[in-house]
Amino acid sequence: MLYIVLVAGLLVCAYMAIRTGRLLSSALWLAGASALTSIIMYLLGAPEVGVIELSVGAGLVTILFVFAINIAGDEAIEVKALMPWPLALVLVVVAAVMLIFMALPGLGANLPQAQLTGFVRTFWEDRGLDALLQIVLIFAGTLGMLGLLAEARPDSHSKENS
Amino acid sequence: MNLSVPVIIIFAVFGLLGVGFYGLLITRNLIKVVVALQILVKGAMIALILAGRMVGQINLGQSLALTVIVADTIVAVVALALAVQIRRTVGTLDVRSLTNLRR
Repeated sequence: MLYIVLVAGLLVCAYMAIRTGRLLSSALWLAGASALTSIIMYLLGAPEVGVIELSVGAGLVTILFVFAINIAGDEAIEVKALMPWPLALVLVVVAAVMLIFMALPGLGANLPQAQLTGFVRTFWEDRGLDALLQIVLIFAGTLGMLGLLAEARPDSHSKENS
Repeated sequence: MNLSVPVIIIFAVFGLLGVGFYGLLITRNLIKVVVALQILVKGAMIALILAGRMVGQINLGQSLALTVIVADTIVAVVALALAVQIRRTVGTLDVRSLTNLRR
């Protein structure tokens, strides 16, 4: 029952993040979806990743969105989507139903018992390449933040030189 | 159909994937595109955790989900930086106005 409430709230948050008009509301609905995702992860037996998702997904990414919307402006573009929305809805529903019918026979009746220790060992010893990849990605993200913060002043050098 | 926990979670996964694809199909705002990508990736993360739990290797699922979280955050940072710079250069966040091949 708890899972049903959480999943329903998660889907409502995700749908509202797409359908709401203002970008700021969209970012806040996304933060709610992220928080519910982290609760589901915790209940599934993944508390470490749940905490990281809560702090990064609901915290850092939301702040980034609010920052970017603050710079770029809350511009509502609601005229004429890329394709008519009934067509998009039909395509998505057909794809989701086909995937669900493919996936359902493989699911067991209940979850096996979770092992709750050893994440640190698995991550640092078995998945060392992932850690290296994450360091590279964080470096790329730092460069991305510089792009977010950079001011567009193409003629500043010419003014200084003249 | 009996609603066991994996079935409910798999509905959440495909629901999130569906909402994310729907958002990618209908939206024209660059920042909304990033929001739709984030929703898609949330579905993928829950699927990884569920798969790890189902095969009894939750730590492997957590490691992969952690990598996905980092990659997803970096994608959001770079895409938002691109959106801000496009807004400064072009003056709009509309995806359609970025193309100049149809004139």
